[in-house]
Formats: sequence, C-alpha cells, structure tokens
Amino acid sequence: MASLRCFLRSGKKAVTAVLRREFHGTPPAAVQVTVRDALNQAMDEELERDERVFLLGEEVAQYDGAYKVSRGLWKKYGDKRIIDTPITEMGFAGIAVGAAMAGLRPICEFMTFNFSMQAIDQVINSAAKTYYMSAGLQSVPIVFRGPNGASAGVAAQHSQCFAAWYGHCPGLKVVSPWSAEDARGLLKSAIRDDNPVVFLENELMYGVPFEMSEEVQSKDFLIPIGKAKIERQGTHITLVSHSRMVSLCLDAAAVLAKEGIECEVINMRTIRPLDAEAIETSIMKTNHLVTVEGGWPQFGIGAEILARIMEGPAFNYLDSPAVRVTGVDIPMPYAKILEDNSVPQIKDIIFSIKKTLNV
Amino acid sequence: MRKMLTIISNVLRGSASRNKCDVHKLEEGPPLQAVLTREEGLQYYRTMQTIRRMELKADQLYKQKIIRGFCHLYDGQEACAVGIEAGINLSDHLITAYRAHGYTLTRGGTVREIMAELTGRRGGIAKGKGGSMHMYTKHFYGGNGIVGAQVPLGAGVALACKYLGKNELCVCLYGDGAANQGQIFETYNMASLWKLPCIFICENNKYGMGTSVERAAASTDYYKRGDFIPGLRVDGMDVLCVREATKLAAEHCRSGKGPILMELQTYRYHGHSMSDPGISYRTRDEIQEVRSKSDPISMLKDRMLSNNMASVEELKEIDVEVRKEIEDAAQFATTDPEPPLDDLCNHIFYNDPPMEVRGTNPWTKLKSIS
Repeated sequence: MASLRCFLRSGKKAVTAVLRREFHGTPPAAVQVTVRDALNQAMDEELERDERVFLLGEEVAQYDGAYKVSRGLWKKYGDKRIIDTPITEMGFAGIAVGAAMAGLRPICEFMTFNFSMQAIDQVINSAAKTYYMSAGLQSVPIVFRGPNGASAGVAAQHSQCFAAWYGHCPGLKVVSPWSAEDARGLLKSAIRDDNPVVFLENELMYGVPFEMSEEVQSKDFLIPIGKAKIERQGTHITLVSHSRMVSLCLDAAAVLAKEGIECEVINMRTIRPLDAEAIETSIMKTNHLVTVEGGWPQFGIGAEILARIMEGPAFNYLDSPAVRVTGVDIPMPYAKILEDNSVPQIKDIIFSIKKTLNV
Repeated sequence: MRKMLTIISNVLRGSASRNKCDVHKLEEGPPLQAVLTREEGLQYYRTMQTIRRMELKADQLYKQKIIRGFCHLYDGQEACAVGIEAGINLSDHLITAYRAHGYTLTRGGTVREIMAELTGRRGGIAKGKGGSMHMYTKHFYGGNGIVGAQVPLGAGVALACKYLGKNELCVCLYGDGAANQGQIFETYNMASLWKLPCIFICENNKYGMGTSVERAAASTDYYKRGDFIPGLRVDGMDVLCVREATKLAAEHCRSGKGPILMELQTYRYHGHSMSDPGISYRTRDEIQEVRSKSDPISMLKDRMLSNNMASVEELKEIDVEVRKEIEDAAQFATTDPEPPLDDLCNHIFYNDPPMEVRGTNPWTKLKSIS
C-alpha cells in the first residue's frame, strides 16, 4: 500500500525507487520445479553462457522436444544452435562427436536411449576412447542425453535401461539424476565437463515437481559428477539407488519407519565414476545393503556395487549378504499388469529389506 | 635459370582414359591445365617419396616383428594424400580411416613420431597408446579404426567449421569398402541439408580388403553415390589431377554451396594390411602393371624431367636425403623406450583431477592423471 501511494505521488522516479526497494525487501524463495523444467532451464542457461554449446537431435527444435524438454529453446536460440536432425542416429551422433572434436560443445539428444544402440559405436569408439588413444591430444566435450529405462506401456524395444552398458566403459562419465535439483546441477556439470558424458534421464520423472531452493536456482549451481547424495539418513540398512528408483526407496523407507526400521537412502547421482566410498561409509554404519535398480539383474549396476563392496573395507561390516532388487530378467511386456510386475515395486523393496534384516 | 622456370603442365594426357575427369551434377570439372612450379614439383616429389619409403620401412619392421597388430600401408596411394594437401590449407581439417600414415605426415606429423608410434614407443605421436590406426595432429582427427565411422565425424568437424565461421573446411576420406556403409548416406543427407563445408573423398583402390569393388557395390560409380551431392572422379595416381580436383572442391565448399564428393581412382601395392599378402584376390601382373605404368612418384618424376624442371641428380639427391630421414626415424623408433607403466591409466579424462583406476585385482589401485 505504501508503495502504491508513493507511485501516485511522484511518478516515474518513485516507481524505480519503489522497485529497487522491493528488490531489497524480497526474501529468498524456494520454488516447485519439475525435472523437465529443471533440464530445460539448465540447457537454456548453458546455451546462454557459452556460445559453443548447441543442441541437436530429433524434434528438439520446432517440435519443442519429443518430451518437451527443449521447449522454447529453438525460439530463443534459432537454427544455428538448436538443430532438428533426420532420423539417423548413427549419423547425427557421429556428427555431434566430430563437432566436439573440432571445438564445439554439443548436447546430442537421443529420443530415448534405446535408439542410442544405433549410434553406440560413435559413443564408445569415437567419443569415449579418443582422448586415451590420442594420449591426450584430442578431447571430446560432448553430452549424450535422453530418457532411459522403463516408461509406461511402451513395451520391450522402448524400455531398456542402459546404465550398465555405458557404465561399463572407461572414458565415459555416466550420470543418472533423480530429482529436479539433480537434473539441473548434473546437466550443467555435464555440459561444462570437457569429457563425454552420458546423461540418463527418466521419462516418468519429467513431470514430477521438486522443491528447489534459491541456491539451487542460481546460474552457477553445479553438482559434482562422481558424488552420491544421502537423501535420507538411517541406521539399520543402506539402500542404494539411482533415478526413479530413489523415489521408491524413499517411499519404502517411509513405510518401514513406522515399524521402527530406519533406512539410509543413497541417491547415486553418478553411475560412472561410482561413489563407492559413500556406500562403504554408509554400510560401516548400518551393516546392511540393498541396491535397487530398474535395469536387468545380470551384470547390472547392483552387481557392480556388490562386487565392489565384497572387495572393499565395508565387507567386514556386513551382517548379512548384500542383495540386489532389480527389474525382472525379461524383455518388457506390454500389458499393464505384466509391466507393473516387471519392475521393482515398493513392496519388493520392503520385502528384500526385511529379508536382509531377518525381520 | 631453372629455379625461375614455371611450366604449364598438361593435366589431361593423351589417350589414357583414366586421366579424364568425370562429373556428376557439376557444371564442369577441374581445369584441363595446371601450373606446376619447380618448388611445388620438388616438394610433392619429396613428400611422396618420404611416404613411400616410410611405408616400405614399416613393412620391413613389421616382418621383423618390431611393429605388431594392424598395419595398413599406403604405398601406391601417395598422390592422394599429397595432392589433397596441396589443394587445401593446414588450417583446414582432415579425417580419414585406418590407412592413415601418409595423412599423418602431410598433416604435420614427423616420420620419427609416426614410426615410433608404430613401434609403440614413448616418442610416438600418441605416446605409443594409439598405434597405427590412431594418430592425431592439429586439425587431423585420425586415424579411425571403425570402417565408415570417420565420415559422420568429418561432417561434424565441417559443422564446427561453419558454426565458427572461420572459412575452414573438412576433408573427409573413406575407401571403396566403406562407401557402402549406411552411416555415410546418413551423413550425405545431413551434410547436404545443412550445407556443411565438407569434401567427401572416396579413395577407390579397387579392393575392400579382399573383395573387389564389383563384388561389393551395386554401383561402382562412387562419385555418383552421393546422389544429390555433386561429384567428380579423377585419376588418383596423378598428384596434379588430385590437387586440381581438390582445389575445385574446396572452392565449392568455401563458397557456401555445401558438400561435394570426389572419387580418386588409386591403387595400393600392399595387401589390405600386413596380414594380407594381397595376391589371393588380384594377380601379381596387375600389381606390376600399375607399378610400371601408373606409379605416382615415377609419373611426377618423368613429368619433371621431361619438362626440364629438375635433373636426375637432383631427384637422386632427394632420394638419398629421404632414405636418411627414414633410417634415422627407424633408428629412433627401434631404440626409443616403451612408454612407462606409469602412463598406463593416464589420459582417460581431460581437465580432471587425478583419480584412481582399478587394476587387474582389487588391491591394485593405479593412478590416472589427465
């Protein structure tokens, strides 16, 4: 009210004074941001920050992105920096890698990572290995991003999780965000990283809102690649997970808390390099481990974590064998009841926790 | 007197049908005449001879088991590498497949560091970590082992050239075997759509490993395979033909017209690699015929001698110098120590803090620095 009276009395000069005063007076505000918007904003800010950054992929420009992750970017940055490609993954992934070799910083979007299989030679042999083969002469600052893993009703060819495939390869960094904060901070770090980064998003998480603090909203908010985050402190058991499964772990933890079981939930954030230390430290406290992933069990993320724990200092702290909760070892079926039973559910996590704790 | 002599050299020679230029969706091919100065002639001669001798030395060292693994030799095709480089600038970019030693040289590598890379020593151009197929220099992106993969990469480099607006272009090479790869057609499409300054060059040496072009390609007119991309086909054994064609192609790209495709008809004396004797799918007679009638170095030599641009002694002297350079390089390549084991895990990531790499067992933690 006071500001309104001020404005009416002394016109323009007063308005600017009022605006300035209003700025000083505003307290920091957290906002609700969906994972999709977080990705969008991260890309927008990085495109603005560095002229060498550009985005290419199918439907990323004029369609605003198949999943609307790149909405508004083409309108803002134009054809030069937001490029629609034909449906030729091997070709455009190779083009993106070549552009990175020659000094640009491309973001190469795969509509889903299932299609990255067409281009996987470019990701591994042209991008990941080149810095090593050239003994440091040729770096490849590229980000490959897109949705990974199971979606809803898209059946076998569109539901595979590639975390283990890419996580296998030296020369790549592989990142798997869960929350909006993860998406924002990790994508910015990935774009600023001078190495090839595979950025595994999740379609089912795109629309999920998370609270984002003022600090996280700042333009230089980065999450370091290679560091896990403890989303929930606990004492009885360590749950290690990535991407959407973190939500299920937290839900399971909430249910079990009512029974007096306190789960420590670790959000991996990065698949490669794997933050084994964070997991070990947690196990030394809780003495029990369950890993949870959406992908297939054989040679998967959980398999690697368990092997590392066996080989490391935390093994002696385990009071029972570590266990993996994974997707069912089958191609993803279509019918809803079948699909629902092909991926871990909260009850599966709770069941495994109780078995591990012998309760 | 001779130093000031400039000769007009007739690029199109008499009756030999291979010495014409075929065009596809192009108004006209390169000029029928080209100027070759004495300096240029001597330089091309020296470089081609260097490549030739270097490759023959590599053959020797391979048979002595000092070079191991894959070794794809370029002797016979020298005019391509030298002619192309003569048609572009060092500030332009180039990428090729695995038959790359010649290009590593023309793009600025030294014989020493190339040979030391073949022998896997620390003085190698990639510190011994890349080997024959993975050599890099400034604006030269290898050396690529996966057939055809280099073509999209090259178009990507061209995209960067266009994006950064420095009037540079990318020469993107592949062989007759690779020419059937799907990703190449994907690349033609995008390069054309986006008018990328990319010269696609097919080095047609008639054989994809052991398979002749007739057995591999439904259409062996590789210069036409770009369909909507203009193309030209020239004699890849004549360094001047290659140079003039490259100049035309470069002009095309730099004027913003988009990509262009060149087919160079050439020949390799060696088999596909050192594991291939190269005579099960072609006759010794054929190889001998090319050597006697179309050898790129002999052709240039004859041209220079018959036009009084150089004397026999002069060229012999260059031969001697080249031989010495190769001997010195081979000496270095065989005596330089192997890379230190400390280097094993380095160069995984660029610009990263040092990290640990798991060794062959859980207790072995190796160090990796950028």
